[in-house]
Amino acid sequence: MCDQTFVAITFGPCDSCSQNKPLMNIYLQNEPVNYCSLCVELMACQGLAKGETVSTLRAESENLKAKLEEERAKLHDVELHQVAEKVETLGQFVIKTRRTLKGHGNKVLCMDWCRDKRRMVSSSQVIMRSAAVCVLQEHAVTMPCTWVMACAYAPSGCVIACGGLDNKCSVYPLSLDKNENLAAKKKSVAMHTNYLSACSFTNSDMQLLTSSGDGTCALWDVESGQLLQSFHGHSADVLSLDLAPSETGNTFVSGGCDKKANVWDMRSGQNIQSFETHESDINSVKYYPSGDAFATGSDDATCRLYDLRADREVAIYSKESIIFGASSVDFSLSGRLLFAGYNDYNINVWDVLKGTRVAILFGHENRVSTVRVSPDGTAFCSGSWDNTLDFNPV
Amino acid sequence: MERVIVSMQDPDMGMKMRNQRLLITVIPHAMTGRDIVDWLIQKYTITEEEALHIGNFLVKYGYIYPLKEPRNLCLKQDETPYRFQTPYYWTSTRWPASELDYAIYLAKKNIRKQGELIEYEKECYNALHKRINHTWDFVVMQAREQLRASKQRRKADRIVLECQEQAYWLINRPPVSRYSDVMLYMWCLPLKNKLCMFVWVCSFVKYCEQYQDHDPIMQGCLPSNPWITDDIMYWNMNSETVTMPTKLRVERWSFSFMELLNDPLGRKELLTYLEKEFSAENLCFWQACEEVRHGEASKIAAKVDEVYKQFLAPGASRWVNIDSKTMEKTLEGIKHPHRFVLDDAQMHIYFLMKKDSYPRYLKSELYKNLLAKAIVPQETKKSVFPFMRRQRHSSPSPALVTQTAEDNGKAKPSAAKANAGTASQI
Repeated sequence: MCDQTFVAITFGPCDSCSQNKPLMNIYLQNEPVNYCSLCVELMACQGLAKGETVSTLRAESENLKAKLEEERAKLHDVELHQVAEKVETLGQFVIKTRRTLKGHGNKVLCMDWCRDKRRMVSSSQVIMRSAAVCVLQEHAVTMPCTWVMACAYAPSGCVIACGGLDNKCSVYPLSLDKNENLAAKKKSVAMHTNYLSACSFTNSDMQLLTSSGDGTCALWDVESGQLLQSFHGHSADVLSLDLAPSETGNTFVSGGCDKKANVWDMRSGQNIQSFETHESDINSVKYYPSGDAFATGSDDATCRLYDLRADREVAIYSKESIIFGASSVDFSLSGRLLFAGYNDYNINVWDVLKGTRVAILFGHENRVSTVRVSPDGTAFCSGSWDNTLDFNPV
Repeated sequence: MERVIVSMQDPDMGMKMRNQRLLITVIPHAMTGRDIVDWLIQKYTITEEEALHIGNFLVKYGYIYPLKEPRNLCLKQDETPYRFQTPYYWTSTRWPASELDYAIYLAKKNIRKQGELIEYEKECYNALHKRINHTWDFVVMQAREQLRASKQRRKADRIVLECQEQAYWLINRPPVSRYSDVMLYMWCLPLKNKLCMFVWVCSFVKYCEQYQDHDPIMQGCLPSNPWITDDIMYWNMNSETVTMPTKLRVERWSFSFMELLNDPLGRKELLTYLEKEFSAENLCFWQACEEVRHGEASKIAAKVDEVYKQFLAPGASRWVNIDSKTMEKTLEGIKHPHRFVLDDAQMHIYFLMKKDSYPRYLKSELYKNLLAKAIVPQETKKSVFPFMRRQRHSSPSPALVTQTAEDNGKAKPSAAKANAGTASQI
């Protein structure tokens, strides 16, 4: 026999609100009563005696809840620049262009650094060039299409990928022999139904991530050209993507013409997070070096910083005097500076923490199409529609 | 579980009950651990091990509670007495145990035993007093009322009730300090949001500060920025195969485990350390998994097979220590190998290294010696060919440029164009 030394009703109509719920046996004014847990809580909070109406209490609790939400929303307003108030202000920057490459005969559309920190590949309307800036070699490959909009260096430094209006992404092995006809060794890897806007190798030479004007991103196996995973979720052209520098190395962010920046899981193809605060097309996305946030540059003339853990925008970099869209963004090595190239031919350098602009760089004669910081952070390169690439260390 | 309990209490086929003596009072309806196990074996024709297993669950979920050592929630197959918990306190029927209830219980205990609450209970009591202070009058009132009502019962009943309540709360509020953090989490939701936001946003400031010295654009780099001076010594000193790394580089390994692994030299150093600790197979396994994940699709099956032979097969030469659940899942997955089949195991080993080997490596003599011997490069002197260069200085920290020297951050395009010719020179 079990212990049931007193009769206890555990479920039934509450004495106070008359709803069928699990009951608590409590004592009010020396009499045992059965209340449901909500009524007990309400009563306890208000210190009421038995008999007061619960509906007034309910109304009050709804009021309290609404107020809480309001407060919570207010408390959400912890902005990055507020927290960074105590951080030392950066002095004025003196940034000088050290080198200019003028080999492109057309608008420079895209560039990428090699992991060895001194070589880069750049693409233009017709040609894709790889130039080793501190070393003596240059290759040029003529592409069978106009507007090579995306190019990327493989981690090993031996292979380059590029693509554009031909809807494909092709992979070219590099060799030290200048006379080698690189076009002959080309290998088509990715096939989209619209132009290729961006491409990037993942941690190895074997996988390629691409984004396209057909609104999708895709992960490809380089060797076989097989599609490993596709990412659907944008409702317009995807213009840019960036891989996360995280330990698990499984996510990437993409930005598109639908004003959204989406974070994807490479393994499952799922859209994990989505951010939609921009007012126009997002031209460029780039992860903060720690991988906890990413910055975007958009046609609405602002750059914004989104925190992945807080799941919201934490900073906007804009100025009333800037009215042209930002085409490309990149962080310095420590993440303190954000370099953004704009369509008004300038590059603005923003203090990421404080939200202020620390420098403007003039020097291009047409819109800046791409800005990339070198892997070791010693310099950054900007490519422009004036057919040049400028290298600017400080 | 409840079906079992109900059938156990069946007057004819159920458990044999005895009276138990607790000091001078007799508690009816107690049973011994051994009886429980025997009954389970007999009724369900199971082995002793299984019966013990089931019995343990009955105790852990609060349907049966021990009388002698109430805090030790396990079934002992001997003369230890147990009792059934009243259905009032069953987890299934009862409302979720709220803060209010617990506060009332602790208040009652406090009043009754006059400050004999044990350590963690005292902490909880104080925490609750702060958190639900607005209800405290009600709590105290209820505690007093319930105590008064219970005094009107027979002593045996009272003891039984106390035992039942105590058992219930031991299940629902286990004395693990981590629980109070969970409680804090649940109750401070608005506060938590703000705290979390603050912490996350602060992390950017911290990251920037930590890496500032390593950012050549912010602090300049020693010996000099190759882009400015055309001197590639900086790159040479930091190349992958250098014998003695720079101090900044070695310091950077201490920022995070990922930094250490991403640097090939760091990885090599870690391997040396792990070899001394006889756990080098962890790093090798992790590397092999990376190769599977990022390698050619056609070679996956072969690579997975090799990984299995080397690291996972029973009796393998470099067997890695993974928990049984992950091991089972991985072995099952290996039968149909795909790119991500080793992910769980890899993650397990990664976090093992991160939490265990990595902190120890940072404290080890190996790392400390390397840090002490690491190079701090000298600033390069002025070039031998001054006429070919512009005004040179080895990358001073640009953030500290004074007003006289700066010109509002505007670049000098004419100087840039003049240098176009030097683009392809060393």
